[in-house]
Amino acid sequence: MVTSITSFGRSGLYDWLVQRITALVLGCYTVFLVVFFLSNPGLNFQDWTSLHAQLPVRIFSLMALFSLGAHCWIGLWSVSTDYIKPFGYRFLFQVVVGAAMFIYIVWGIQLLWGF
Amino acid sequence: MSKKRPVNLDLTTIQLPLPALTSILHRVTGVMLFVGLIFFFYVFDLSLANEAGFNTVKSLLTQHFGAKFIAWGLLTALSFHLLAGVKHLIMDFGYAETLKSANLAAKVVLSSCVILSILVGVWLW
Repeated sequence: MVTSITSFGRSGLYDWLVQRITALVLGCYTVFLVVFFLSNPGLNFQDWTSLHAQLPVRIFSLMALFSLGAHCWIGLWSVSTDYIKPFGYRFLFQVVVGAAMFIYIVWGIQLLWGF
Repeated sequence: MSKKRPVNLDLTTIQLPLPALTSILHRVTGVMLFVGLIFFFYVFDLSLANEAGFNTVKSLLTQHFGAKFIAWGLLTALSFHLLAGVKHLIMDFGYAETLKSANLAAKVVLSSCVILSILVGVWLW
């Protein structure tokens, strides 16, 4: 039964699964970037931009960006429902988190496709 | 339920077992990383914008103590969050759920995080 209208997928089970799938994407993306940095010690601007100009990397980055938005929302939504009891403050916190993630997604798309 | 039952919610008198400590740190580092997103995005944006921006990021992360300290803190938080997340996924599959194995898994996560944190520090300095 759906008892909360502010969860991500309108059911806890769906949120539970989304949190794990997005975690896997973000974990793989983190490892990918760490391996890239470690294997390119004196990294310069050309190497860095040519990495992000490749379509597969852009798709991977975009996937990580959307995953980040959902992962942060579900994680902070859980934190807010556990620790912030007054409805007004909780709702305000959730609005701030939702707005922040929307802004980050737009900013992320802009910085990935804008250079 | 009777309301007269004794309740102890004084956190200073509660000894957290290691799995509980990793659990709350997983949350704390998650919130830290959310707050730190502004730095990740700023650096990512600046580094791709143009060559001058890239060089600014490079000099910030190699010379500026404050920037290095923030990067070290966030990467340590990320290391912990990632390791604790892997532990969480392993536990979702039903492993490390006994008292002994859960304690061991928590110890592995905490000590690996200390090692990664030191390695990040060595890498930055």
